[in-house]
Amino acid sequence: MTQQVFSSVSTKKLSPKLIRNLKEKAIEIVLFIAASTSVATTLAIMFILLEECWFFFQEVSIFKFLTDTEWTPLFANPRYGILPLLSGTIVTSAIALFVAIPCGTIAAIYLSEFADSKLREIVKPFLELLAAIPTVVYGYFALLFVTPFLQKIFPELPGFNMLSAGLVMGLMITPFVSSLSEDAMRAVPALLREGSTAMGATKLQTALRVVFPSAISGISSSYILGASRAVGETMIVAVAAGLQPNLTLNPFSQGATITAFIVQVSLGDVARGTIEYQTIFAAGLTLVLMTLVLNIIGYYLAKRFREIY
Amino acid sequence: MVEQLEKAIDFQPVAEVKHLDFYYSGFHAIKNVNFDIPEKKVTALIGPSGCGKTTLLRCFNRMHDLYPGNRYQGGILVNGVNILAKEVDPIEVRMRISMVFQKPNPFPKSIFENVAYGLRIRGENSRTVLDEKVEDALKSAALWEEAKDRLNQSAYDLSGGQQQRLCIARALVTEPEIVLFDEPTSALDPIATNSIEELMSGLKQKVTILIVTHSMQQAARFSDYTAFMYMGELIEFDKTETIFSQPAQKRTQDYLSGRIG
Ligand SMILES: Nc1ncnc2c1ncn2[C@@H]1O[C@H](COP(=O)(O)OP(=O)(O)OP(=O)(O)O)[C@@H](O)[C@H]1O
Ligand SMILES: [Mg+2]
Repeated sequence: MTQQVFSSVSTKKLSPKLIRNLKEKAIEIVLFIAASTSVATTLAIMFILLEECWFFFQEVSIFKFLTDTEWTPLFANPRYGILPLLSGTIVTSAIALFVAIPCGTIAAIYLSEFADSKLREIVKPFLELLAAIPTVVYGYFALLFVTPFLQKIFPELPGFNMLSAGLVMGLMITPFVSSLSEDAMRAVPALLREGSTAMGATKLQTALRVVFPSAISGISSSYILGASRAVGETMIVAVAAGLQPNLTLNPFSQGATITAFIVQVSLGDVARGTIEYQTIFAAGLTLVLMTLVLNIIGYYLAKRFREIY
Repeated sequence: MVEQLEKAIDFQPVAEVKHLDFYYSGFHAIKNVNFDIPEKKVTALIGPSGCGKTTLLRCFNRMHDLYPGNRYQGGILVNGVNILAKEVDPIEVRMRISMVFQKPNPFPKSIFENVAYGLRIRGENSRTVLDEKVEDALKSAALWEEAKDRLNQSAYDLSGGQQQRLCIARALVTEPEIVLFDEPTSALDPIATNSIEELMSGLKQKVTILIVTHSMQQAARFSDYTAFMYMGELIEFDKTETIFSQPAQKRTQDYLSGRIG
């Protein structure tokens, strides 16, 4: 019966089906090209990075690169140890996450579980605005406002320091963490919230014991995204932390991050093909590997705590 | 209607619904409902889809408080206290009247922690107390044998029917006086449904059960009293045999014979 209907339809309208198939094919090709550009770009970037690094590591041994405690590639007597830049990156990022993870999580819990819709409509645009401010503005905010303020508490704090840069970076990252975490928590089905409420749980108990763990996959990816932003952030540290590579974990000292070094050298006039020029790529590769590791961690966290509800 | 109710009251009521009205913002969903819930019996709420069974059930544990715009009027008296009154803490109400939902909704925790949840949120952290009460609740929910060796596994590893029994155990652990069931078997296959029904018939020795069901057979099989609702009103409430054999109201008759609903 149904077969009859089908065949009569298709014999009558043979040509439209052909056109439709062609259209489908064309759309598929366009989509494929669009998807491939991103893959191609990534591959091209990786290729250029690896190529320049190849030349760099002909001059400097990987062992020296990883263990030397000085990074002075532009000096007369150059040293190429990545550790000082790595420590600067880690210290500023750690401070930033120390601010952004608690603040972002608390804001997300509040917005998703406690604020009524009217308040949320008011607060969310402000949070998003915070994310839209150019980072160079944050950099000067750190240098001209936060550092002097911190100096009132810690008089020995130098004018350029990683503490101030890290704190302000945390402020910048907070909206990313809160917005993604909030989305994850709001996606938790009402049925779970009702189940907890029906057991006599308060709103806070429901939020912390049921909603938060149910959304942990999305929340942990928001933390990883925050960490990637912190590691990759350039302007705030370049402006406020002092561009002074320094192997230390002390947040009160000056420091340079990998990104700050890259922007510093790129702005100067180093000639193509020189070892100074290639340092940018060696530093860049380190950065890419760091974010890659973060992404892999994020991927496994998301898999480990997949949303099961 | 009133004589009828009086005729039906030959039991000790654990809760009395008095002139209960309920509104979803502007929508009048429960209209002047009056009846008494017999203690340690199973009372079934039946009626066509959209007649307000779920809405009525969720008044008993103040679930409607979760969403803005909902409004109760009238009362549900438990031990002489109107649990819908503003000054009564809904959290206290929910400690004494627990609920099992239509779809199993275990929390993303271990089997043990799911059952222990109601105790934990009340600050109970003694391992011996938790162990003992969790075991009791799982036994009452006929899940102990299947779960005792995997208490620390995720609740999501259980089958749908087991998850629903877990939710029943969770609802029983705080020793409530009344347990509300909203179509607890509608998401389950016949075998799982059977085991849950058996379990509920056994439970009424311990607690009062109020159950919403779509299945006439289910209501007839194991409820003691049945309330028939239609368009937000309670049309008839009586012993289950009476409702099914000689309903007093025309609309009940029509519904039971499949003419409405
Ligand atoms: N959140 C809500 N807001 C507004 N109206 C609602 C809401 N929930 C239910 N209603 C309405 O209230 C009436 C009763 O709904 P209820 O869910 O109690 O019916 P029910 O008897 O449980 O139906 P079913 O058997 O299909 O589950 C329906 O007309 C429904 O449309
Ligand atoms: Mg319903």
